[in-house]
Formats: sequence, C-alpha cells, structure tokens
Amino acid sequence: MTANRLVNRSDLIGILLLAAFLVVVLPLCLDVFRLNLVAKYLTYAFVALGLVICWGYGGILSLGQGVFFGLGGYCMAMFLKLEASSVENTKIQSTPGIPDFMDWNQITSLPFFWRPFHSLSFTIAAIILVPAFFAFIIGAAMFKRRVGGTYFAIITQAVAAILTILIVGQQGYTGGINGMTDLRTLKGWDIRPDHAKIVLYFVEVGCLFACIFIAQFIRHSKLGRILVAMRDKEDRVRFSGYSVANFKIFAFCTAAIFSAIGGAMFALNVGFMSPSFVGIVPSIEMVIYTAVGGRLSILGAIYGTLLVNFAKTSLSESFPELWLFGLGGLFITVVLAFPNGLAGIWSDYVAPRIIGLMTSRKSKPDAGWTDKSLADGAPAE
Amino acid sequence: MLIGHQPKEFLLAVEALTVSFDGFKAVNDLSFYVEENEIRVIIGPNGAGKTTVLDLICGKTKATSGSIQFRGKELTKMKENEIVKTGVGRKFQTPSIFEDLTVFENLEISYPRGRTVFGSLAFKRDAVVMDRVEEVAEMIFLKDRLQASAAELSHGQKQWLEIGMLLIQNPDLLMLDEPVAGMSVSERAKTAELLNRIIKDRSVLVIEHDMKFVEDIAHKVTVLHQGQILSEGTMDRVKNDPKVIEVYLGH
Repeated sequence: MTANRLVNRSDLIGILLLAAFLVVVLPLCLDVFRLNLVAKYLTYAFVALGLVICWGYGGILSLGQGVFFGLGGYCMAMFLKLEASSVENTKIQSTPGIPDFMDWNQITSLPFFWRPFHSLSFTIAAIILVPAFFAFIIGAAMFKRRVGGTYFAIITQAVAAILTILIVGQQGYTGGINGMTDLRTLKGWDIRPDHAKIVLYFVEVGCLFACIFIAQFIRHSKLGRILVAMRDKEDRVRFSGYSVANFKIFAFCTAAIFSAIGGAMFALNVGFMSPSFVGIVPSIEMVIYTAVGGRLSILGAIYGTLLVNFAKTSLSESFPELWLFGLGGLFITVVLAFPNGLAGIWSDYVAPRIIGLMTSRKSKPDAGWTDKSLADGAPAE
Repeated sequence: MLIGHQPKEFLLAVEALTVSFDGFKAVNDLSFYVEENEIRVIIGPNGAGKTTVLDLICGKTKATSGSIQFRGKELTKMKENEIVKTGVGRKFQTPSIFEDLTVFENLEISYPRGRTVFGSLAFKRDAVVMDRVEEVAEMIFLKDRLQASAAELSHGQKQWLEIGMLLIQNPDLLMLDEPVAGMSVSERAKTAELLNRIIKDRSVLVIEHDMKFVEDIAHKVTVLHQGQILSEGTMDRVKNDPKVIEVYLGH
C-alpha cells in the first residue's frame, strides 16, 4: 500500500534528522560540559519514549516512571559502586571492600542482594528484568482488576513515594538521601574524564536509537493499533477476543524497561544516582516532557525532553525561583492549547505549509501524507 | 425431561439465569434455548432486561445465579475474551468502533488471528487477511471507504462497520443490540438485506424495537417483561398473545 510506504519514509526522514542532530550537530557545536548535559537530558528521553507507548498509545498515564528510572539507575550504580569500593580504595574503612556509606552505617559485610552486582552481565540483565518484573507485578495487580485512569495514576504516585521513602530510610543499603556517589570506573575504564564522557554520550545515543526502533516496531505492529483501539473503546477490544489487561501490562512493562535503560545511562553519564530522581516530582516532570513533545509522537517526545531541559537549565540559572512556575505554566498551556504538543504543532501548522510548497512546485498531489503520518515524521522545533 | 429421552442439542441454553443489582432483579429466573441457525428476536418494553441478557451471555455482566451453556461450555465462568473465542460475537447498541483507526484497521483488528500480546507483535498483514477484510468490507457496503478514518463515517456506516467487525470473527452466535436504531429508511432497508445475508450458517440473537423489521427476520420471538419471559413463540403467536398486547404492543 502506498500510504503505508510513505508513512515509513517520513518516519525514516525524521529519524535520520534526529540522528544527524544528535550524532553530528550537537557533538560539533557543544563543549564536553554541555554535551554531558545533553547526555543527562537524553536519559529522560528514554522515559518520555516509554510514556509515548504507555500513555500516548495505550492511554495509561503513569505518574511513577521515576520508579523504573531509579531501579535501572540503582542497578547500574550498585555495580559501579562495588567496583569503586575495592579493598585498596577503601582500606581506611573499618571494613574495607564494602561501599563507603555502608561502612558509615556500621554495616560490616556486603548484603546478599548486593553480591551479584559484582558481575556486569548480571547487572545488565537486572537493569532490564528488575523493572520489568516490578512493572509486571503492579500491572497485573491493577489491570487484571480493571483499575485504570486516574486511580492507576494515583497508585503509581504512591509507589514512587514509597520507593523514595524506602531508599532514604535504608541508608546503610542504599546510600540514603545522598544516593550513590563517587562512581569511578566501568570494568577498569575510568568514566570521569572528558573523552570517556564523549564515548558514553555516543553509547547512550546508540541505546536511544535502539529504543526508538523498538518503539517504531511496536507502533507499526498490530499491537500498536490495538493499543490505540484500547484507548478509544476498551470494551470493543475485549469483545474482539483480546485480553485487554495483558496488552496494558505489556505497554507498561515496555515503558518501564525504557525508563530503566535511561536510569542506567544516567548513572554512567552523570556519575551518581540518588532518590531525587525516583520520587513524585521527577516522575511528573517526565510526563511534562512527553506532553510538551507530543504524547503521540516518538520523536516529538525526545525533542520535547531536550527543549524543556534546555529551558530548565538556562532559566533556572537566571531565575531559579521562577522556574517551577514556568514549568507548570508550560504544561497547562500545552495541554489546553496544543494537546498533541510540539509534534502536533508541526503536523498541523508547519508540515502542511512545507508540503503545500513542495506539491505546488511538483504539482503532484501526495495522498499519503496524513496528519498521523506526519506526527512522527519530523523534528518538532 | 423424560428419562431415556435424548435432549435436543441446543446451541445456546440459558437456564434459571438471575442477576440482581443491589437487590433489584434485572433478570429473574430466565430460561430460553436457541437452536443452530435460528434467528431469535428479543422484544420488550424499556427496562425489561433485554440488554442485560446480552451482557450476561457475552460476560460483560456476571450472573448472580443460573447457567449459560454454549455448545456445552459454561459461559458464566469465562472471561469476555474467552467467550469470544468460543464463537460468540456481540454488537453494542451505540456503534462501538475504533474512531482513531481506519476502516481497514478496524476490520483487521477483529480478524481472529494474533490475539495474544506476542501474536499481535508478530502479526503480518498477508494476502489472506487483506482478502478477508475486502470481502467483509464489500458485504457491509464500505469497500471504497477502507482507508477512511472510522470517525468520518455516518452513524449508519458505523453500525455496519461494527457488524462487519463481528462478521470477520465468523461467530456461531451473533448478538445484535438494536442494529437499525437511529438509521434512515434507506439504511434500514440495506441493513435488513445485510442481516439476511449474514445470518446464514449461524444463530443470531437480536434485540429490536422496530416491529416491521422483527417480522421480516425473526424465526422465533421472546418477549421479556420485568426480567422474565412474558411470551415466546412465532411472531404471529406472540402478536396475538393478550398479555403481550397489554404490556407492550398495545400502545
């Protein structure tokens, strides 16, 4: 079908433009400090991407994605912390060879659940599987009982609050409110110098594109259409022979895994992990990035994340007390005036003009360009 | 039933079905049987429990007591999507279609393949699916609207689309809740034609108020009143039943 091919072509153009922007333009234009900031922003883009699948397509609003970002981040940080806590690095402690915060909290041996994190392959598996398992438990408990909408959003908030309290309270096992700091090496390779930060930036962009392709695959599969159908008429999907709960669990788990990869990338690129990225406020901020970028647009969510974070950094440097009001105002404006975010502005106002210009030059009508196909097709800036 | 008498194989056997909402019995000790290839119409005044009966059969509402046997399987214990898989299709009163998708995609989702999470990820839009979608689209008069968004369809076309979504599942029992309500006269005629075509080789359970339409299609009519059967039989018999005239047809 021609319409289908054109959708894919416009998707491809959008992905190539984003790739050029992230792989060529930004590394050439920014110094290492700024590039590392972009790396930090992009870790949230993983969460926004997950929210596009879960919230935009599936209609499941989760206000607790920080939980999964945190789980992934803590798994990575535990591995890095263990490597940084070798016996020679920690010989001044009363128990050498365990992380410093454990020593400060009078813990004298490594807790059992820390031990497997000596292995990098276990850590990578845990980054994916722990959040997926956790999301599966929450999802199965909620969706099988047909809890949805606002109730589900409130429960995810509660989970985010509970996990934050747990991490802060169990200081000896988690590093408490300070989190896990002073992460140094990955398999002996120092992650702190400038050249390492550049390498890590490209690794992260690579992972992001892998997730973008997975998201694209889901979106274009029948499962993607079932998610949209479910958002619209849940009962009709049920009476077409589908188990709605299982599809919701899948969307929620996918979003959780994306978020966790973002969290792991955060620990690597930023060099620490703390409960301030787990709680309610960061979780809601991540929803705002998605809303600003366009919750139906895979690429829009990434531009939205970058834009809001750039604005946050520059505005909070100059007007620190005004930033939160600005963020709130931005969210309200977007939801009221542009429900499809930047991607919606692009597909409703900008793209039709460009196509109008192109087709009037070629004088050939192009039936395949629809609003929907464009929503994901192009940079939304 | 007499001992030694071989019970007749019914497609659907509803027995002593009761559902109560906070003490109010919307359906009260209801029993009826639908045979293979039978077209049964349920009529009755508002609040008689007609829609509730369909809700109970398709699993949307859970029964308080009683049994619903479909081809020997007990439906009251099953989940909605499992009931669909046994071969029961349900059309809702208001058109229940996916407005964010195209007509093609609406029909494709209803095609009975790849219904699990991973099955739907691996689902391929192959020639078999395309042919079947086109075949059904032609039946429901929407062949030239396949790429249109379902939201753009008229009310009547939406009703047809939902009927098409059931047809593509090829159910053994088709349940239709007021299929011609809100339709124009010409749409009504076309729907009657459509229904007469699709009822072959399957049983159909229809709720309808339009008596002309009922007379056209019904093999047997069940009249419900206050959650119970008031009368049952051929249209002629029911029409002349004094009880029915009093509570329903008389006004």
